[in-house]
Amino acid sequence: MSGVRVLVGTRKGAFILTSDRKRKDWKVSGPLWGGWEIYHLKGSPVDPNRLYASQSTSWFGQLIQRSDDGGATWNPVGNQFQYDGVTGTHQWYDGTPHPWEFARVWHLEPSLSDPDTVLAGVEDAALFQSSDGGLSWQELSGLRGHGSGPFWQPGAGGMCLHTIIVSPTNPQRIVIAISSAGVFRSDDGGVSWHPINRGLHSEGIPDSDAEVGHCVHHVAMHASRPDVLFMQKHWDVMRSDDAGDSWVEVSGNLPSDFGFTIDVHAHEPETVYVVPITSDSEHFPPEGKLRVYRSRTGGNEWEPLTKGLPQANCYVDVLRDAMAVDSLDECGVYFGTTGGQVYVSADAGDSWKPIVRDLPAVLSVEVQTLA
Amino acid sequence: MIRVVLPAHLKTLAGVNREIELDVEGVPTQRAVIDALEARFPALTGTIRDPATQRRRVFVRFFACEDDLSHELPDTPLPDAVVTGAEPFFIIGAMAGG
Repeated sequence: MSGVRVLVGTRKGAFILTSDRKRKDWKVSGPLWGGWEIYHLKGSPVDPNRLYASQSTSWFGQLIQRSDDGGATWNPVGNQFQYDGVTGTHQWYDGTPHPWEFARVWHLEPSLSDPDTVLAGVEDAALFQSSDGGLSWQELSGLRGHGSGPFWQPGAGGMCLHTIIVSPTNPQRIVIAISSAGVFRSDDGGVSWHPINRGLHSEGIPDSDAEVGHCVHHVAMHASRPDVLFMQKHWDVMRSDDAGDSWVEVSGNLPSDFGFTIDVHAHEPETVYVVPITSDSEHFPPEGKLRVYRSRTGGNEWEPLTKGLPQANCYVDVLRDAMAVDSLDECGVYFGTTGGQVYVSADAGDSWKPIVRDLPAVLSVEVQTLA
Repeated sequence: MIRVVLPAHLKTLAGVNREIELDVEGVPTQRAVIDALEARFPALTGTIRDPATQRRRVFVRFFACEDDLSHELPDTPLPDAVVTGAEPFFIIGAMAGG
């Protein structure tokens, strides 16, 4: 099939939305695993039929599902996420030591070169890898063990490792982000790690420019420029031109620089998208107007994109993993809301329309561009 | 032969739509029943007990013969009525909203 396949994770199941290259008419399939929280689904870049999904509930724990036929059928694979060695402690909300406890998989990042290799970011924050298609998982424990782990503290949503970026030009380089510890980078394939939070300032922590402790919400990269990273922090939109060694704020004229999601145009590495949210206590768009903001200058100068989006009485949120772009000639942009809408723009954000309006709260959106 | 009743989500995962009949080796206990269940339905592994600690998940309960057996030790023998198949062993997802 030529076109796009949108993988949507929600609070109550997963949905697969498909369309041809025009992205006008859509087929909606699902729910898969109705009633389960599906934090994330993602397809292999080298085998689009290979999909992974994170399925969990508070009742029955974590499962990982795998499809080898583009989502037509699924089978559970390995779900044992055992921390490596002595588990140790991180800080609890009250500052006391708290043992690491596995809660769920937030994000699955299939390898850029091998469909059987996939990384998993989990809560409590750690990075796992499978090299056998998800059957077994091993922790890349150098991350938790590099030194600052005992000082990490959960944010309100839990201490989650939610962002994983593998450099397309240097597979040894991995960038991850944790709420609320910050961003970390490995330059040796995940063996050793160091924090890369210089330039971040966060008012909600005792030392506003501390080496770790920042509530980073999401990080995005354009494949053609792996050293350029864009970040939506709790507050502040940030940019790095040196693979995270230093960051500068590029919030510019945004109506609010609080938000969760951020993404980059598929063909224009200086075109960035965010969805401003009012504040950390009001998780809905400013003025009840759902606006995507686009910068064509790599930040600082932002324009509201409103055509087709509700401009009154809209009080939904757009979560960190709930935006994606396709790589068709005219870049498609997608995002899902906690109100259950999934919107598509087939013209790089100039206009939008809902694909579906009434799904459960959307946790994640990924898109596959199918040849 | 032990009769086991699963909650709806676990029935779906196991691919069954009715009560399960299990042959359990040795003295039937909670641990032996769940071991046998996971062996027959690998998709259920880790869904009833935490895979790291082997403890019952906090929102899972075990009922039989109108009693809550959730706090029994895992190697406590199951009631005779369960062992003989007269009564089923219920695995329950705790009631909660949302």
